[in-house]
Amino acid sequence: MTIKFTKDHEWIRVSGDEATVGITDHAQNALGDVVFVEVPEGGKALEQGAAAAVVESVKAASEVYAPASGTVTEGNQAIVEDPSLVNSDPVGEGWFFKMRLANPSELDALMDKAAYDAYLETL
Amino acid sequence: MAMNNQGRPTTPNVGGDTAAGATFTGNKALQQEEPLIFELDNPGTWGVDLAEPCTDTLKLGPVKPRGAIGLPSLSEPQVVRHFTRLSQKNFGIDSTMYPLGSCTMKHNPRLNEKMARLPGFADIHPMQPFSTVQGALELIDELAKWLKTLTGMPAVAMSPGAGAHGEFCGMMAIKAALEARGEGHRKRVLVPESAHGTNPATAAFCGFTVDPIPAEENGRVSVEAVTSKLGPDVAAIMLTNPNTCGLFEPQIKAIADAVHAAGGYFYCDGANYNAIVGRVRPADLGVDAMHINLHKTFSTPHGGGGPGSGPVVLSEALAPFAPIPFVVHDGEHFRLIEHDADHNATHSSFGRMKAFHGQMGMFVRALAYMLSHGADGLRQVSNDAVLNANYVMASLKDVMSASFEGPCMHEALFDDRFLKGTGVTPLDFAKAMIDEGFHPMTMYFPLVVHGALLIEPTETESKQTLDQFIATLRYLAERAKSGDVAFFQGAPRLTPRRRLDETAAARKPVLRWIPPAPPQAVAAE
Repeated sequence: MTIKFTKDHEWIRVSGDEATVGITDHAQNALGDVVFVEVPEGGKALEQGAAAAVVESVKAASEVYAPASGTVTEGNQAIVEDPSLVNSDPVGEGWFFKMRLANPSELDALMDKAAYDAYLETL
Repeated sequence: MAMNNQGRPTTPNVGGDTAAGATFTGNKALQQEEPLIFELDNPGTWGVDLAEPCTDTLKLGPVKPRGAIGLPSLSEPQVVRHFTRLSQKNFGIDSTMYPLGSCTMKHNPRLNEKMARLPGFADIHPMQPFSTVQGALELIDELAKWLKTLTGMPAVAMSPGAGAHGEFCGMMAIKAALEARGEGHRKRVLVPESAHGTNPATAAFCGFTVDPIPAEENGRVSVEAVTSKLGPDVAAIMLTNPNTCGLFEPQIKAIADAVHAAGGYFYCDGANYNAIVGRVRPADLGVDAMHINLHKTFSTPHGGGGPGSGPVVLSEALAPFAPIPFVVHDGEHFRLIEHDADHNATHSSFGRMKAFHGQMGMFVRALAYMLSHGADGLRQVSNDAVLNANYVMASLKDVMSASFEGPCMHEALFDDRFLKGTGVTPLDFAKAMIDEGFHPMTMYFPLVVHGALLIEPTETESKQTLDQFIATLRYLAERAKSGDVAFFQGAPRLTPRRRLDETAAARKPVLRWIPPAPPQAVAAE
């Protein structure tokens, strides 16, 4: 199972052609207390880079972009019920949605953990 | 201690404890603790004597009352005190400087209020016959003429009820124009990153997709950045000038020309019109639609003091799609056009923005403002608004961090670099301003700079007030830099309520008062 990161601070964890997407610890920290999320429904087709979900904190409202193209299989209703999960466990229980990848090779261009950590140093 | 012959002290008692502490009642002199009006309910009390309603023959047809509606019972003095105390807690332009960026919180002249209370304007109904409201219709027509003259635009839709409603009106007109051209497939709307949040929201609400344009290093939008995004699917660009960084967009005409050449329309967000009114005609910049916030530029009350009003000026290309109703003059009388067919064969309105024709009370105030200022006075409004903002920026830029090289237009943008390493956030800084008696500036907007502090003083603040404001901000900036974090994190201290838990308010909002349960009857032993 591999995990990759985008410059927009999403993570994507891949297992075969199934993937789980969320926002990074850096992102939740920058947003502050998350108070509202909107996740896509199963069946929604997403292009890489398209707005897929919404995350709103006391400071700002932001979009979560699809790190890769594919079809949503499930949105995480648990974070809709309790948005604080995005703060407390961003890369675990605070996932946003799962998707079936259309083109797994798109992930090659994303950053691995070391590259993302180095990228954060530059911000 | 000095006393008069009755033994009453006539000078302050030196040595007394003057520190403000908690009081027995929780009140702080005239700052009273005020419960909800429902909590003040005192059954059996009332302000006026009304005859018992005759409830044996209901004339409501099939509609039947389900029970008492639970209005609180209070005497007239209780009601008067309740609302007076609430009004004293309100932070309004009538009490203090309100430099909220992008909001143009200028003084609301009392002459406007006097005109709006004239019975011929105040006591009429939108469904009266036209023959009985000729003066009111003429006033709407006269205001429309002023707006068209000031902007150089050929048409104006008067009915939108506020800025965002005006954006909606303008974008609906663009959508209708595209569909009439058979180009309803144009779905992409370009919106700079510095835009007001309502711009992308409006575009999305109208069914367009939003394509952001990044800002240049100098805070502006470049014609190259726009051109690179243009294509056969672009419906429009939504641009604010001056932009939300308080900067004039010098390439605006070239941007408008490029968008037009690509078949798109140019929506201009008129929220910042106060910076250019009387100086720049939006028509000369290539604008197709622009809303005008009467409650900003033309001094009608807002922010708790009155409804907004957002007429939209339209270009020749968009005018045929303007919403109904609108006022026309047939040579003898004024009337409202309620249906396309009543006007001419070419008009194909996209519909109606609201039930009636707009915010009449605001129209009266705005026209009173225009007539009392005149063309030269309105030009001086924008001159002074820009001068005041530059005075603030020049007086603060050595202690706070100005985001862009000046001069600015009507608002001065700072960011949080001057707070770096102090542990004080823009939010803390703003809360400390409240204790000093100023409404904070706009915080954390625009999004193109980090920790934005956007100050719009407006032209109606005197030099004395500006100097006091500047001195206060200098004091607070120095105090933040001196490391007094606790002072800022504890602010505000002097308000009816201290800092609120915004997270809890958003995650678990309590939106409705629920009456407490009646006391349980004690079971007999």
